Amino acid sequence: MGFKSYCFKKSLWLFHFGGASCNNCDIEILDCLTPRYDLERFGMLLVGSIRHADVLLVNGSINKKDKPRLLEIYEQAPKPVLVVAIGACGCTGGIFAEGYTFAGPVDKIIPVDAYIPGCPPKPEAILAGIVKLLGKN
Amino acid sequence: MSKQTLIPIGPYHPLQEEPELFKLYCDGEIVKDVKWETGYNHRGIEKLAEQKSYEEVFFLVERICGICSTSHPFAFANSVEEIVGVEITNRAKYIRSIIGELERIHSHLLWVGLAGHFLGYNTVFMWAWKYREPVLDLFEMIAGNRNNYAMFKVGGVRRDIENQKIPAIQEMLDLVKKKTDLLVGAVMDDPVIHARTKGVGILTKQDILDFAAVGPTARASGVDVDVRRDDPYAAYPLVNWKVITAEAGDVFAKAQVRLLEMYESISIIEQCLAGLKKEKEGEVDVKVKHIPEGYGTGRAEAPRGEVFHFVVSDGSNSPARHKIRAPSYTNIATFKKSCVGQSISDATISLAAVDPCYCCTERLAVAIDRQSGNRIMNAKEIINHSASITNKLLQHE
Repeated sequence: MGFKSYCFKKSLWLFHFGGASCNNCDIEILDCLTPRYDLERFGMLLVGSIRHADVLLVNGSINKKDKPRLLEIYEQAPKPVLVVAIGACGCTGGIFAEGYTFAGPVDKIIPVDAYIPGCPPKPEAILAGIVKLLGKN
Repeated sequence: MSKQTLIPIGPYHPLQEEPELFKLYCDGEIVKDVKWETGYNHRGIEKLAEQKSYEEVFFLVERICGICSTSHPFAFANSVEEIVGVEITNRAKYIRSIIGELERIHSHLLWVGLAGHFLGYNTVFMWAWKYREPVLDLFEMIAGNRNNYAMFKVGGVRRDIENQKIPAIQEMLDLVKKKTDLLVGAVMDDPVIHARTKGVGILTKQDILDFAAVGPTARASGVDVDVRRDDPYAAYPLVNWKVITAEAGDVFAKAQVRLLEMYESISIIEQCLAGLKKEKEGEVDVKVKHIPEGYGTGRAEAPRGEVFHFVVSDGSNSPARHKIRAPSYTNIATFKKSCVGQSISDATISLAAVDPCYCCTERLAVAIDRQSGNRIMNAKEIINHSASITNKLLQHE
C-alpha cells in the first residue's frame, strides 16, 4: 500500500468550492448528504475548512475573481489532496466558456483527479465518481 | 464611537453554497452595519446571450440559476413573444404553469430546509430535502432531468405532458401534499422555531416599499404583489388561486407565506392537469419563423419574486440586447434593514430569510478601489477607455 492510498483508506472529508456556477451542482452536492443518498454512511463529511479536508470538490466555471482564491485554497490544502471537478462547467467551462470573465476550466488552474460530467450530475453520478476515484488510488 | 469588529461571512463559507462575501461590522454581539461584496459568480450572461440564437438563449438563461431554472426562460419567452406578438396554445400555457409551480414547490422546500440548517436545526434540513425528492422525480418523469428542464421555446414548449402520464403525476402530487402537511405542522408548531424566528429580522411595509423588495419577502410584510395576478401570463388567469400574504414581516411570517404558497401551487397544478385533459394532445407549439425588429419586456413570478427580462431585437437571429433583473437584486438590499441592530446569531437567519440567490443577481461588476472606496470606472470612463483602445489600434495600422 502506497502512501497516497494509505491516506485515503478511511473516512474522507470533503470541502466544497463553488465557483461561478448556476448553483445546481452545489445543490446536488448538498443533496448527496440528505436522507435519500446519505453520503455520510461512507464516513464522508462536508467540512468548513480546506485545512481539514481530504477531497476538494470544485464546481462551476472559474471566473477571474475566483481564480486566485481557488489557487490559494489549493495551496492551503494538506497534501495529498484529491481534486474532483463536478459538472460540465467544472470540467470544461460548459456554456460559460465563451464569457469574458472565464479564467479557464479547473484543470488549467490546479491538477484534477476526477471529472464528473453532467449538467448537473445526478447525486448517484457524484457518488459513483468518488467511489471510482477511491478505487483508483 | 466604540470599536467595531469586522466579521466576514464568506466568500467560501460552509454556511452558504454560493460564493458571496458579507462583512458584518459588530459592536460586541450587536451588528452595527453590513456590507456585501459580489463578483465571485459573475459569468457575463447578458453578453453571452447576444452571441447566441434565440433558441440557444433558452438554455443559457436556464443556467443563470439552478433553483429558479424555469422562471428565467419563462420571462425570456414572455418578452420574445411580446416582440413576435404570438399567442401560444392553451395546452402549452398549462404545461408552462405546471413546470413553474412544481419549481416553486421544490424551491420553497429547499428554502425551508436551508433555513433550518441556518438555525442549526438540521432535522428540518434533512426532512425538507427528503420530501423534495418526489418533486425532483416528477421533473425527471416530465422533462428527463432533475434540475434543468429545457421545456421552453418561443411559441410554446419543447415536449408535451401526455395524458397517460397525468395519473402518475397526480399520485406523486398527493404524496407531496401529504408530506407537506407533515412538514408544515412540524415547522409551524415547533416552539424552538417560534423562539428563533418570531420578531427577528422585521421588515415593515415602508421598508419593503423603500427597497422595492418583491416576492415572498414583500408579501410577508403585507405588501400584496404577485406578477402572476398583476400581469397575468401563461395559465394563471385560467385557474383559481389566491395570493398569500402575512402582516408581521419577521422571519416566521416569511416561512409561513412560503409554506402556505406550496398548497396554492399544488392546487394550481391540479387545476392545470384537469385543463390538460380537455385540450388536444400534441398541440404545444406554434411555429415562429422570424423575430421582427422591436423590443419586448417579460415578467414572471419566480419562487423569490419578480424576474424581469428586456430583449431588443434587430431582426437578426440573436438578441441585440438582453437585460436581466432577478428578484434577489432588490431583496438582498433589505439586509441593511433586517440585520442591523440585531445580535450576530440572528444575522444568519435574517440573511437567509429573503432566500437570496446570488447567481441570479450577479449581472454587472463594478471595480472599487480598496483604499479610497471610489469606483475605478464609471460608464463614461469605460466608453472613453474603449474609444482610446480603438484609436490606438487605428494609429497602429
